[in-house]
Amino acid sequence: MSLLEVNNLKVEFETADGIVNAVNNVNFSIDEGKILAIVGESGSGKSQTVFAMTGLLDHNGSATGSVKFEGEEILNLSNQKLNQIRAEKIAMIFQDPMTSLNPYVRVSEQMTEVLVHHQGISKSDALKQSISMLDAVRIPDASNRVRMYPHEFSGGMRQRVMIAMSLLCRPKLLIADEPTTALDVTVQAQIMQLLSDLQKEFGMSIILITHDLGVVAGNSDDMLVMYGGEIMEIGKTENIYSASTHPYTQGLMTAVPRLDDSEERLITIPGNPPNMMKAPVGCPFSPRCKFSIDTCSKVSPVLINVSKNNHLRACHVATEEIL
Amino acid sequence: MSNQTILEVENLTVNFDVSSEGDMPWTKAKKLQAVNDISFSLSAGETLGVVGESGCGKSTLARAIVKMVPAESGKVVWLGNDLLGLSHSEARQYRKQIQMIFQDPLASLNPRMNIGEIIAEPLRTHYPKTPESDVKARVRDVMHKVGLLDNLVNRYPHEFSGGQCQRIGIARALILKPKLIICDEPVSALDVSIQAQVVNLLMDLQEEMDLALIFIAHDLSVVKHISTKIMVLYLGNMVELANSNDIYQSPSHPYTQALISAVPIPDPNVEKNKELILIEGDLPSPINPPSGCVFRTRCQKAQDICSQQKPEYKEVATSHSVACHFND
Repeated sequence: MSLLEVNNLKVEFETADGIVNAVNNVNFSIDEGKILAIVGESGSGKSQTVFAMTGLLDHNGSATGSVKFEGEEILNLSNQKLNQIRAEKIAMIFQDPMTSLNPYVRVSEQMTEVLVHHQGISKSDALKQSISMLDAVRIPDASNRVRMYPHEFSGGMRQRVMIAMSLLCRPKLLIADEPTTALDVTVQAQIMQLLSDLQKEFGMSIILITHDLGVVAGNSDDMLVMYGGEIMEIGKTENIYSASTHPYTQGLMTAVPRLDDSEERLITIPGNPPNMMKAPVGCPFSPRCKFSIDTCSKVSPVLINVSKNNHLRACHVATEEIL
Repeated sequence: MSNQTILEVENLTVNFDVSSEGDMPWTKAKKLQAVNDISFSLSAGETLGVVGESGCGKSTLARAIVKMVPAESGKVVWLGNDLLGLSHSEARQYRKQIQMIFQDPLASLNPRMNIGEIIAEPLRTHYPKTPESDVKARVRDVMHKVGLLDNLVNRYPHEFSGGQCQRIGIARALILKPKLIICDEPVSALDVSIQAQVVNLLMDLQEEMDLALIFIAHDLSVVKHISTKIMVLYLGNMVELANSNDIYQSPSHPYTQALISAVPIPDPNVEKNKELILIEGDLPSPINPPSGCVFRTRCQKAQDICSQQKPEYKEVATSHSVACHFND
């Protein structure tokens, strides 16, 4: 059984200008101890997908479908029950660690609060556990630094504090929403290394949301590519990199310059990401797709298996034509 | 490509005065060394990439070249004239030839001006006597060049996407027909598919107009793609300067090596077999930089000499210079 199963997830936002379909019919699952990467440009619905799962949608948003965690339905549960799950089973870290930490409260307070509240242990025990968790995320001199305020840490250290805090209750699933986007490459390398070490140590699963295809390549087992709120391609990371069968995935791969390669010119995807207010009919990528045929702008493609190892794609055009 | 040197920067140093909390009136003001003793030259049609972590002085260097921040010492020689010695009004006529593009495309455009006004502003400022019909024609011309439809001229910045806003910023920089454009993180805020469009646009324009570019970014893959030579900065100091292929194929400075190994390659097979050089710790404070070599506190090769002596720039190969004691 998968740890998490998402079926037909739909997210809608009611805005003054009409209804926005941020996420459409998203299906995926993640097994225990695996890392799943969700890739897409801004506005592709990758963050809203996980926000819907964990009940963090904005007040004007609504989610339908089914999200099963360890076999139990968790979509649209009451806040009280969700709080329990979010603390003990699913933890989340965000892009900007400074905005996720309270600037007025010492790190020690912020960390022990989690344990005291959810596990009901004494404050001194909670402090001990917090310090050992800061040690685990390799913050030097943890017993002294735990008493500092967030502004006294650098960006990378703050992200480590966030990771430590999210792991305090030993979650089974960690959702990392662009955890390294705000950091320098050298710090990004440290944090990704740390996450993969911790993932093995604690045996948890990770959903890694990112737009950086380099980060995905080195740090995930499976990946799904989203565009315009829909899944374009899903499969094992190495299969998608070695033989991506969707025009959008291919476009993404060729649009980033590679350090170990010197191509003369980048191959771009023409046009702009879709406006979700008036999302295109049919395949959301069709207006920018060079392979697009008549059907593409009329009928939404469904995810179909392209090979035996669970490699699925949503495209009307035959695989042979694209490769 | 012509080989005429247009910009020469010699020993440029920029300091900021900072007074920290608790300072007494009689204590000396502290100095933050943002850019320290940087020299390089740039020819027409060339691109210099500047890379380094945040806080290494990339943007300050760019701003000092156009006199947006005052330099402490050094020279910025533009076509034979030292810009730093000139008065504000004298420097103004050279400013037309050096333009800038900024990181946040929307924030760098005035929300209350329409696109036509934004793009025409530099022209109206520097050549106030240009007839209105000429201004309109020039605006249409540059908009066409950067791939914007000229019927958008009356729209406002908020109506455009990030990539389009960056095109507007580029159009504004181009209208004065500059010889050098300083791009301060022009693609960092953009999505990958849009990033590629802007990078291609800049390279096309460079070829068409024989522009020199100073391209500042923290993304080494983009910098390597666009640049002819690359300068690596660390804590305000230049640690390595070389042609872009050399810097990737034979990085000599330990910091450059670590920086290159940290860049993720979008290929699972390469990534999984890669040997990662991790640099531990954080950037030291530029108010109180380490003695000797600035990188020694995080360097794996560091020895006693590194804390005693500041390494000099040495040429390890043709036009490849490095500041490290151990680069043989």
